Amino acid sequence: MSFEPVLLRNVGRPEARKVEGYRENGGYRGLEKALEMEPDAVIELVKDSGLRGRGGAGFPAGLKWSFIPKAVDKPKYLVCNADESEPGTFKDRVLMEEDPQQLIEGCAICCYAVGASACYIYIRGEYVEPADILEEAIRDAYEAGILGDNVMGKGFKLDMYVHRGAGAYICGEETGLLESLEGKRGQPRIKPPFPAVVGAFGCPTVINNVETLCNVPHILERGALWFKSIGTDERNTGPKLYCVSGHVENPGVYEFPIGVTMTQLIEACGGMWRGRQLKAFIPGGASAAILPADKADVPLDFDQLAKAGSMLGSAAVIVMDDETDLVRSVYRLAKFFNHESCGQCTPCREGTNWAELVMKKIVSGHGKPGDEELILRICRNMGGTTLCALADAAVGPLRSLVQNFPDEVAGWLDGGGPATEPRRYFAEEVTA
Amino acid sequence: MADAAALRLPQEVRDAIDALRPRYPTEEALLLPALHLAQKHWDGWLPDEAIAAVAHELNLTPAKVYGVVTFYDLYHQNPIGRHRLRVCTNLPCALRGAEEVLASLKEHLAVDENEVTPDGKCSFVHFECLGACEQAPMMMVDNDYRGGLTPDSVRRIVEELD
Ligand SMILES: Cc1cc2nc3c(=O)[nH]c(=O)nc-3n(C[C@H](O)[C@H](O)[C@H](O)COP(=O)(O)O)c2cc1C
Ligand code: SF4
Ligand code: FES
Repeated sequence: MSFEPVLLRNVGRPEARKVEGYRENGGYRGLEKALEMEPDAVIELVKDSGLRGRGGAGFPAGLKWSFIPKAVDKPKYLVCNADESEPGTFKDRVLMEEDPQQLIEGCAICCYAVGASACYIYIRGEYVEPADILEEAIRDAYEAGILGDNVMGKGFKLDMYVHRGAGAYICGEETGLLESLEGKRGQPRIKPPFPAVVGAFGCPTVINNVETLCNVPHILERGALWFKSIGTDERNTGPKLYCVSGHVENPGVYEFPIGVTMTQLIEACGGMWRGRQLKAFIPGGASAAILPADKADVPLDFDQLAKAGSMLGSAAVIVMDDETDLVRSVYRLAKFFNHESCGQCTPCREGTNWAELVMKKIVSGHGKPGDEELILRICRNMGGTTLCALADAAVGPLRSLVQNFPDEVAGWLDGGGPATEPRRYFAEEVTA
Repeated sequence: MADAAALRLPQEVRDAIDALRPRYPTEEALLLPALHLAQKHWDGWLPDEAIAAVAHELNLTPAKVYGVVTFYDLYHQNPIGRHRLRVCTNLPCALRGAEEVLASLKEHLAVDENEVTPDGKCSFVHFECLGACEQAPMMMVDNDYRGGLTPDSVRRIVEELD
């Protein structure tokens, strides 16, 4: 399956980091077009394209923009979510490193549409080099008159800043991110009010993922119809980046129409690693339910994956071969969520801790029949009862382990061990 | 209370913070950038005096600054080695052998996580996903990403550091 890249078209063209090189390949035509339109018409166009958020939740981008109140005399902001901390996800890094102007253009169009005068790109603190590349690209965009007091000579004023995080998964959650941007601990806020009304510094704020915003220039340039012609149906439109990691020959970021299948992705990645067989995969990052190999032909889009009991999330596709111990895999993810819970909500703080302890008990050889039910009970207590979706995220892999792979768990109980040789991938000895 | 002069950030850090002021409507929003700058100045960690000086500069209480420092994984309250190694062990890296890489590194350095080697050269930690899973297993060496690690290559990389 081949697909002419849209979002990745400037990969391997380092000159595109500068305005001039970016323009040579068609860049900034989308912004030019937007500035000729009424802001509301830009929002309508993005709505019409069907573009859904690429950060995890899949919320329609144009609709989100339309929530920004018009008649307020407060500043409005765009905050670009470049925190990218969902395990398995690395597409936003590639977009920022390879094509920073594309992101700047997308941000500028959004700001024009909603009337924002400043944009903060909140980038995870570990991305030191990508942050430098972005800073450099922004500087160049100011010099070229793309940013500043008179954007492309059209009298629109826009400032853009890179803001570095400092290492905390929860700062990817949009209100945790806002707290962090304001100089606080990144603890999510109670919603409502939603950021569109009370966001950064108490002002109306749009928060969008890097990849979401990178789609926008292309929608402006080539139209909603073109965008809708790509993908599985009218609810799943446009090109999509898939981050493939784990047991494939060539892990990496792959661009396809949204709705490609696991089978097609594996083929694009040069097949399974060392010719092994697919046992399971996580289609949407650490927060998504693990699916068995027989789901490899499900289109990886928002709705088909939901129907299959998982989610597209950030499209971080983690591939696991037939020698992978899924129980150890889920134990590792349970440790992650326990480490990252911000601790505000009791069900999440306690639940992620219990989940790690129970998984640890099992992988240290002390599991007992009935532990499956215990895991499900922990999941029930965590789901839907918290301030943010981290608790639901922690439930994703846990519940799917018990429900989709009962034999894997059963094998470990009563002094048993993994269904496969565990030391191949998990060298660390876990002791209770 | 120590005298006020001792709480001052060095001039170049204050200048750098001042340059960022126009970006934000509040002073508090300067806290994360200021801590990054202070940590750089104090050789990669934040001693109490650094925290006090940042608090003073931004008119925040030290308690507030401690609260923020302890929340984030990239701020350190203890000295680190000249080089800081962060080995990713999250699932995608683990599937490609990260736990073996970490074990090899630990054996080679002969210290525990967060301890500094006796020569002051290195300290290491295991870390959550660093957003480079296509390079798995990988680690951060100071600010750089190093991927495709093996139990041998991780030792060689350490050997080559100054
Ligand atoms: C625990 C948690 C972590 C998240 N991490 C990220 C992230 O790293 N990057 C991101 O874009 N969205 C992340 N999100 C989703 C954001 O809250 C938000 O939905 C998104 O930034 C909106 O942008 P979009 O509509 O363009 O996708 C996270 C959500 C949760 C609950
Ligand atoms: S669900 Fe967890 S991470 Fe989210 S606010 Fe509550 S405690 Fe914090
Ligand atoms: S899991 Fe190691 S970089 Fe993502």
